[in-house]
Amino acid sequence: MGTVPSALKHCLSYQHLLKEQLWIAEPPAAAHPAQGIEASGLPEYIKIVEVGPRDGLQNEKVIVPTDTKIELINQLSKTGLPAIEVTSFVSSKWVPQMADHKEVMRGIERYPGVQYPVLTPNLQGFHSAIAAGATEVSVFGAASESFSKMNINCSIEESIERFEEVTKSARNMNIPVRGYVSCALGCPYEGNVVPDKVAEISKRLYSMGCYEISLGDTIGVGTPGSMKKMLEAVMKEIPLSALAVHCHDTYGQALANILTAIQMGVAVVDSSVAGLGGCPYAKGATGNVATEDVIYMLNGLGINTGVNLCAVMEAGNFICTALNKKTNSKVAQASFKAVST
Amino acid sequence: GLPEYIKIVEVGPRDGLQNEKVIVPTDTKIELINQLSKTGLPAIEVTSFVSSKWVPQMADHKEVMRGIERYPGVQYPVLTPNLQGFHSAVSIAAGATEVSVFGAASESFSKMNINCSIEESIERFEEVTKSARNMNIPVRGYVSCALGCPYEGNVVPDKVAEISKRLYSMGCYEISLGDTIGVGTPGSMKKMLEAVMKEIPLSALAVHCHDTYGQALANILTAIQMGVAVVDSSVAGLGGCPYAKGATGNVATEDVIYMLNGLGINTGVNLCAVMEAGNFICTALNKKTNSKVAQASFNFSFCRL
Repeated sequence: MGTVPSALKHCLSYQHLLKEQLWIAEPPAAAHPAQGIEASGLPEYIKIVEVGPRDGLQNEKVIVPTDTKIELINQLSKTGLPAIEVTSFVSSKWVPQMADHKEVMRGIERYPGVQYPVLTPNLQGFHSAIAAGATEVSVFGAASESFSKMNINCSIEESIERFEEVTKSARNMNIPVRGYVSCALGCPYEGNVVPDKVAEISKRLYSMGCYEISLGDTIGVGTPGSMKKMLEAVMKEIPLSALAVHCHDTYGQALANILTAIQMGVAVVDSSVAGLGGCPYAKGATGNVATEDVIYMLNGLGINTGVNLCAVMEAGNFICTALNKKTNSKVAQASFKAVST
Repeated sequence: GLPEYIKIVEVGPRDGLQNEKVIVPTDTKIELINQLSKTGLPAIEVTSFVSSKWVPQMADHKEVMRGIERYPGVQYPVLTPNLQGFHSAVSIAAGATEVSVFGAASESFSKMNINCSIEESIERFEEVTKSARNMNIPVRGYVSCALGCPYEGNVVPDKVAEISKRLYSMGCYEISLGDTIGVGTPGSMKKMLEAVMKEIPLSALAVHCHDTYGQALANILTAIQMGVAVVDSSVAGLGGCPYAKGATGNVATEDVIYMLNGLGINTGVNLCAVMEAGNFICTALNKKTNSKVAQASFNFSFCRL
């Protein structure tokens, strides 16, 4: 059967799971020499931005108790994930799931070396976030006018003005700001989105001071074909090192799209533990790509992420139990045999 | 560098249904295959001529073979594990015009799955290909456990190449490399294909990816980036994994076509029609589809893909 990597043993509570965990590769730095990674053209290291606690839970129907959110984030903090999106400082009228943003922010343990960004759609949210102790914030733009109006009730131009207020204040306080571009590969209202538009919005966000631009396939309609075209357009405006992809798996394309992006040199990937977060635009469909499935692929490619896959699966198991739902991660599904729950 | 055209081999009615718990009535199987025949799919794996003791789901192989409509331009391969199965398949009663044989790159898997060593299985297949050649019947060869084995763990790429070469040399026109337990990733797919491509012409290669760990589309993308132009898939992602309880198996045809369409690659297949066939069989099986494209799409009364 072969030896079980030591990285696995600590997380295996049940003897019979040992037999089934053959395929959870240990981090490649320990197991394999860097054979031909440079030759393959893929990044040696990929930063995973975990969006489960915010993007994931925000799109789950069940309102999650504050303690559960805090526990989830604390568990994720121990996995090696370098960045965990904690919550969103928006009006609880709009997003009831995030109403406890202050309590969550104050309640979590901050692990050294881990970033804890929060969403701040405007200056008011920004100030509230800083007061609660946030040290990194994110702003969400869109490449589609209709989506901007339907989602945040204002035009792209108006949203850009709001974000400029945030980035200006953030710069004064040395707070890094991450920019998101929604609908990068398609819009639920407008359909196709022109790559140059994505590049234009990305450039606006980058120029105003966002250190990283996460390109979001909001409805998961992208394919390797459209991902490539979009990235080619954006890469003319933004340095590669400042780019991230945020793929949704609504049409099962996420891993193929992520592979395409990393083949082009993108080295930051957003994902959600257990694939938390459905798609609000296609009833019953899935949304975020599962962190476990992304890590499994990256491990298999010999790419370092610093993340312990088993630990992520345990955090995923925790939150799925709390939500009383099945995981959306196929790796977790294949690995977590149903012991009497 | 991607192929302009990719041939999709639909394995739902055989590989898919074989791994579903519910025994499907013969009429339902025939209706499924007939629906699939109208989608543009160039090849549909119909059934398996094995003993019904081993594979009860395929016990009605003769009836299914006789009952389906044969559409012009569509191939209808059937599994024939040995000479007896082959004769049964090509008899007038059944009328098969293409057959498949299943080898494995793992000795343990061969013994556990078909009760004989790899070498013994190769001998059986040679009997089949010899008879098939005499009758001008094309034979497709499968290599299971190409990226990993449920018993042995890792599988060496050179072993996959070796078995592929044996099958190709005995006369199989195409070799389908199967990630039987879905553990492969773009990394292992690439290494395996590099080894196999030293022995087999690219045009004779196919990939048969399982989505048990969600890696199938990424693995298929890797394969087609290396020039592979034949992809196996299963409508609605029919067929669980017998080695990981509750886990999925075959990759869904709908999801593969969606990706290939997005890449501008021609398949000749109508995605909407496949989704309808998938909807038919999932209703008959009283189960949810494993295709994410179908899941996302069947909320609209019209098909806009």
